[in-house]
Amino acid sequence: MKLNDILDQLNIIGQCRRYGVSLWQCPQFLFLVMGMVIIATMLTSYLLGIRYIEDPLMVAFLVILITAFLFIIGSVIVQSFEKLAEVSRMKTEFINIVSHQLRAPLTSMKWALEEFILKLPPEATHNHEEEYISILKDNNERMAKLINDLLIVARAEQGKLVIKKEEISPTELIERSIKDFSPMAQALNVQVIFERENDLPKIFADPFQLKLVIDNLLDNAIRYSRPSQDRNDGESGIVEMRLKNKGKDVYFEIKDNGVGIPDNDQKYIFQKFFRSSNASRYQTQGTGLGLFIAKSIIEALKGKIAFKSNEDDGSTFWFTLPINNL
Amino acid sequence: MKKILFIEDEPALQKTMGDFLKDGGYEIIGALDGESGLEMAESQKPDLVILDLVLPRMDGFEVLKSLKAKEETKDIPVIVLTNLERLEDISKVLALGATTYLVKANYTLEEVADKIKKTLGE
Repeated sequence: MKLNDILDQLNIIGQCRRYGVSLWQCPQFLFLVMGMVIIATMLTSYLLGIRYIEDPLMVAFLVILITAFLFIIGSVIVQSFEKLAEVSRMKTEFINIVSHQLRAPLTSMKWALEEFILKLPPEATHNHEEEYISILKDNNERMAKLINDLLIVARAEQGKLVIKKEEISPTELIERSIKDFSPMAQALNVQVIFERENDLPKIFADPFQLKLVIDNLLDNAIRYSRPSQDRNDGESGIVEMRLKNKGKDVYFEIKDNGVGIPDNDQKYIFQKFFRSSNASRYQTQGTGLGLFIAKSIIEALKGKIAFKSNEDDGSTFWFTLPINNL
Repeated sequence: MKKILFIEDEPALQKTMGDFLKDGGYEIIGALDGESGLEMAESQKPDLVILDLVLPRMDGFEVLKSLKAKEETKDIPVIVLTNLERLEDISKVLALGATTYLVKANYTLEEVADKIKKTLGE
């Protein structure tokens, strides 16, 4: 073993980061803790032994027996944790590699389609070509988003989310999201309303990541707003968004009058791959990653995210972000 | 007409981005690996280099380092256009002197063209 390898093994924090686990789940740290427990137990059993047992050989035998027992148990525990941590690291690495490899051909397809659409002759609209190309483009975007989501999840789990902060206007980001989602809102007969205070300050945040959070929340709000034909009161779906200043933070809220989240599901809603029973009833598509990603990003930007919801009575999600988040 | 050198090993991306930028009024020269990209930068003196990081023969980090180390190429702005997105990669290329770092999958051709315009001060 080279000196560098030995020093690397001694760097416990570095090893824990490599595995992407917390200190108390980290095999190297647990090994250290077990070592200290064994030393403390050895000393205690020795001190107790010499007080209550006359034969020094018997004391020595007992101390060795207890130490050996603890050492075996400790080794088994640490090795199990090491295996789990290694599997978790390999899984994250696997997702990273696969996602990167999938991204390359998808980008080629995306750009080729963009060029193709730009150069479509006017008569193409009459022959359904444009419609077919649009199907290809939409599905390419869907796949790219899924890969992006998987990459973000892998990074969030390793505590390595990529955050590139710059001065941005949250109002502009929200307006861009509303524009992007307006075809979907129209198709699902959902009205999107946005109220904001005037003179809101700019904030320091990652525009790409923050837009992803707003997109995910807006997508859910529109998607799970029940269409008017499903509602007893005959109302159409309404999504209300609010943006205001709240002390040292900006506060964003998004409220829908949709299907809501059942009480039993609420504690799992920010967990990855979790889909509420209500969500699956109304929408078969979806990965259950959107809210996990939203929470990871907001927390990485030093903000807070939460929600309240009643089944069949809609949901309200909100988040805060510090204004001076340099 | 501004000259752009596009160092990218994926021919499909060379073709689509190249055609789009040609239509936008730029002269495009392309290299499919790092070594020839560096040679072209030295011999052809482009106004801008668009550089991928994962390249055969010499990776994008090495190309960037060499470009910034040589008197005749050190002032050419470099836009790194890649699908690598790790924090350490971003910090490394910005420290090496890249002007901008763009993740291909997150940008449309038009958005990349906008960044090019801004970098060229147009």
